[in-house]
Amino acid sequence: MPIRLDKPWLSLDAAAGLPGQLGVFELADEAGKVRYIGYAGGRSRFGLRSEVSAAADRIPEARRFRVEVTTAYLTRYRELLMAHKADQGALPPHNEPMPRLGRLSPGS
Amino acid sequence: MDLALTEEQEMITGMVRRFVREEILPLELTLDPDADELPEADRLRLTEKTRAMGLYGLDIPPEFGGPEIDLVTRTLIAIETSQHRAGLYAPCYGVFGGAGLAQLFEATEAQQARYLHPMLRGEKSGFFGLTEPSGGSDPARAIQTRAVRDGDDWIINGGKIFISGADRADFGLVFARTDPDKGRNGVTCFIVDTDTPGFHVRRVVHTLRSARYATELQFEDMRVPHANVLGAVNGGFAIANDRLSRQRIPYAAGCIGVATKAHELALEYAPQRQTFGAPLSSRQAIQWMLVDNEIDIRQARWLTLEAAARAQRGDPFRKEAAMAKLVATEAGSRVVDRCMQIFGGYGVTKDFPFERWYREMRIRRIGEGPNEVQRHIIARDLLGASLR
Repeated sequence: MPIRLDKPWLSLDAAAGLPGQLGVFELADEAGKVRYIGYAGGRSRFGLRSEVSAAADRIPEARRFRVEVTTAYLTRYRELLMAHKADQGALPPHNEPMPRLGRLSPGS
Repeated sequence: MDLALTEEQEMITGMVRRFVREEILPLELTLDPDADELPEADRLRLTEKTRAMGLYGLDIPPEFGGPEIDLVTRTLIAIETSQHRAGLYAPCYGVFGGAGLAQLFEATEAQQARYLHPMLRGEKSGFFGLTEPSGGSDPARAIQTRAVRDGDDWIINGGKIFISGADRADFGLVFARTDPDKGRNGVTCFIVDTDTPGFHVRRVVHTLRSARYATELQFEDMRVPHANVLGAVNGGFAIANDRLSRQRIPYAAGCIGVATKAHELALEYAPQRQTFGAPLSSRQAIQWMLVDNEIDIRQARWLTLEAAARAQRGDPFRKEAAMAKLVATEAGSRVVDRCMQIFGGYGVTKDFPFERWYREMRIRRIGEGPNEVQRHIIARDLLGASLR
């Protein structure tokens, strides 16, 4: 499994058709810059569908998203945050602050 | 021989049981079902409570500021603190503190000042870096990470896998081969700062344990001062081995705690649930599952307490610790599986803790030495080193 999310970007309209499964997702702005990394966990009412929609409603600059279905959503979520920080030098703006996040140097 | 708990043990375990029920279980109603951490405010609040109870840092020796509680009582406490959803790998979410890397109690004064004391104050954390991609059950031979002396330093190259907490740690214990011709007597333990150039956390290793991940590490020309050798050069295997035997007792206790809680839930549910006009508990098939649970839990409990008692007395306990680990992990797996069956469809949902325990309990038959290795240890003690 690649460390960084490599699924295709979709427009926000497609969020309503997402499965109700557990997993992780990224929201990006018009320029493709990741603004938020989130997850749909065991308490999500409709899994990725409700979590992506709710996050898009909170983040006005969100224009597209991509998801990965996984039951290991918490470890994958933390891994994506660490990889993003390693690549970009900072967390996505809507994920700050994030106490007790580890460090990763995943290489290219 | 009196197998009853002392008055003090009854009092302490009762206090911890109330703490789990009144403080931890209500929080879990709002946390993600796979969570292994509390929100910071809750963590600090509950840590203050365990300090006030005199039960913080249970495994820290009294000379380093820990409460003076014997190993049998600590084992009983470990059985209690694991009786909740996250209890197997995050008993009470860490609010009872821990001894951290116990190997540092044997460190030099300078090493203790730099690593042990800050760790005990909660200012630093460490990881234990033993297992390598070449294997974990036979560390004496599997360790291929090399350390080569260069003046006052050692230069370390190699890697580790299945290492918990390395991405957040300030330092770690890294075992490396310092003499390729000496097998288990050619391994040395180094204290490594995680900001040392050449230290890399390369990836998260995803497992069935979906909240608390392991990591894979790589060391590239990592320069470590000779002053950071823990114990003697080529004396690392004894440090690793001592830890492995001791760790099996609380490891077993955690499985017993989870099994006890699962069994308790099933005992409450079976008389309430009606099938074909009668409670589940009236069915012999269910009764026998509950009976087998009770027997499994008691066997595991007494073997684990026996191992703790031997260790407490200073008697050899390697075989007993291996039996406790073996029996508790296998019994715990069976109990959780039966309880899941009793709960039917609900048992496999995230509404109940069984599915998490089921996944995490499976790891316990492999972690801290696979159960086949435990059988090997027991056989070696019964038959002698040569297996006669």
